[in-house]
Amino acid sequence: MANFWQYVISGLATGATYALVALGLALIYRSSRILHFAHGDITTAGTFVAFTLLGLKLHYMVAFFLALLFGAVLAMSFYFCVLIPAQRREASQLGQIILTLGLGLILQGLVAYFGGTETQSFPFPLSDFKTYQIGEVVISQLSLGTFGIGVLACLLFYLLVQKTRIGLAMRATSENLPAAQTMGIPTRQILALSWGLAALLGVLAGIFLAPALLLDPFFMLEPFLKGFAAAILGGLNSLPGAIVGGLILGVAESLAGGYVSIAFKNTFAFLIIILVLLVRPEGLLGKEFKERV
Amino acid sequence: MDLIENYKQELQLIRKPWTRVWVGAFVLLLLLLPWFAPEYIIYTSTLIFIYAVGVQGQNLLIGYTGQISFGQAGFLAIGAFTFGHLSRFGIPWPIGLLGAGLAAGLFGILVGFPSLRLKGPYLAIATLGFGIAVYQIFANSELLSGGRMGLVIQKLEPIFGLSRLNFNYYFYFLIALVFTLATYNIISSYVGRAFIAIRDNDIAAEVIGVNLTRYKLLAFAVSSFYTGIQGGLYGLLLGYLEPNMFTFMESITLFVAVIIGGLASVEGSIMGAAFVILVPQFFSEFKEMVPVVFGVTILLVLIFEPLGLYGRWFKMRLYFRNWPLR
Repeated sequence: MANFWQYVISGLATGATYALVALGLALIYRSSRILHFAHGDITTAGTFVAFTLLGLKLHYMVAFFLALLFGAVLAMSFYFCVLIPAQRREASQLGQIILTLGLGLILQGLVAYFGGTETQSFPFPLSDFKTYQIGEVVISQLSLGTFGIGVLACLLFYLLVQKTRIGLAMRATSENLPAAQTMGIPTRQILALSWGLAALLGVLAGIFLAPALLLDPFFMLEPFLKGFAAAILGGLNSLPGAIVGGLILGVAESLAGGYVSIAFKNTFAFLIIILVLLVRPEGLLGKEFKERV
Repeated sequence: MDLIENYKQELQLIRKPWTRVWVGAFVLLLLLLPWFAPEYIIYTSTLIFIYAVGVQGQNLLIGYTGQISFGQAGFLAIGAFTFGHLSRFGIPWPIGLLGAGLAAGLFGILVGFPSLRLKGPYLAIATLGFGIAVYQIFANSELLSGGRMGLVIQKLEPIFGLSRLNFNYYFYFLIALVFTLATYNIISSYVGRAFIAIRDNDIAAEVIGVNLTRYKLLAFAVSSFYTGIQGGLYGLLLGYLEPNMFTFMESITLFVAVIIGGLASVEGSIMGAAFVILVPQFFSEFKEMVPVVFGVTILLVLIFEPLGLYGRWFKMRLYFRNWPLR
């Protein structure tokens, strides 16, 4: 039984990062109907910026803050400089998804060129080896911090979306774009803000994943795809779904790794995607699903 | 644009005498290439032929049927490893290749089932999940992947006294030619028109009498068959296989080839295949820059020339045909 709780706790910590990635994906999908394939690469770029700044002996808080800002600005400038011109030329929805794929490739190449392809360890204030014991369960400082930050970020995000005027505008924009425009909401700024926020959440997840996974240009690929799986599991349209999906996926993966087979731990997430899409394409908490054939 | 007056003309591959001359000259040039070209060009062309097969298959699915897929690497891996294991059992290559295509096609049908319920982005994710799951299964199972050393495949022995390089060139040229002709025929037949109808409007297609289930699954089966063949051919050329050849990047490369070459065009598929093979060769000094070139090209193509390289080529041809009128 102690084993079981151990798996659950470590699963929740990884699940929190998946939830952050999934939240960004769901936010973008909800507001602009675009699957953001560059999400992982923006995250990687942001984390590399944090790494470079830490190398310049900046304080952790400053470096992380600048990295978050960098990710957000990157995503917003992509929205303004690429997506809007493409939309003016009436790019299809599929075309816009492919555009994000193109951005992902560009960032991947640039990060590999400037950051180097060898694996580096990421300096971090929280340690992966310092552990706390609660009852029979052992939890590392890093996991605890990751989980805490994940919950905190989700909470702040919830307050932003549900309790502020900006959040109201974001909800209106994703609900019905033309109607929101008619009501005088600056939808373009709001959408750009959504892209920026999503990137911010992603970079946050990246910074907390980097010390555990070690930094290389491809370190976000797997967490990104897992985040995708989590977003699908919870329902791409639903923000709470993304959080729930992320936590469930983290725990399920950890349990599968512990009890079934450690080698197939990673395959699990992708099988979940296919199964969920086959059985319940709208996900656990998603409601509308207009695109059913 | 050519004016088509009857169905027989629609079925013709080449409609103008001059086009016949150009195509003939191009095929002749390709046939004579080994006589004057340096070795690395011959080898690169061989790779382009192999890629062209798979890209055409994906174009049938993505460009013609409008079903987006990111699972190409999965089908490649299934085709390649099926071929590898079959050839290890001593089965001759034509049957092995057929087996590779059929195995991939079978999985194509399986992956096609979600396409009956899902559209656009959701289908993209389902296929993406499939591609990565297949890679990880191969990477984690020594029984399937042939262990740490990879799966060794016996290469083809050259015949007619050709050198191995030239023999490979002609062999893959012939196969690519067969598949190109097959693609043209699929497109101009009922099946191809059904695919296009599904892409343009699936409800209307069903009303007209296209069996959606059958033709969507058929599109997946045919495209995965092509991709499986590509995997088998790749294994046959290299002589060994390992799971790391079939990562997510490989799916992206094939996808990029389809987009850059031009959606819904066979010539575009070949150009796209040439593009994704040639760019890494040109940038061999800056390996990291290859994705950047792919990405920038995608952005430029999608914003300025949605029909891809083929669209540009087509417009140039139209310009010269009508010159000096506009």
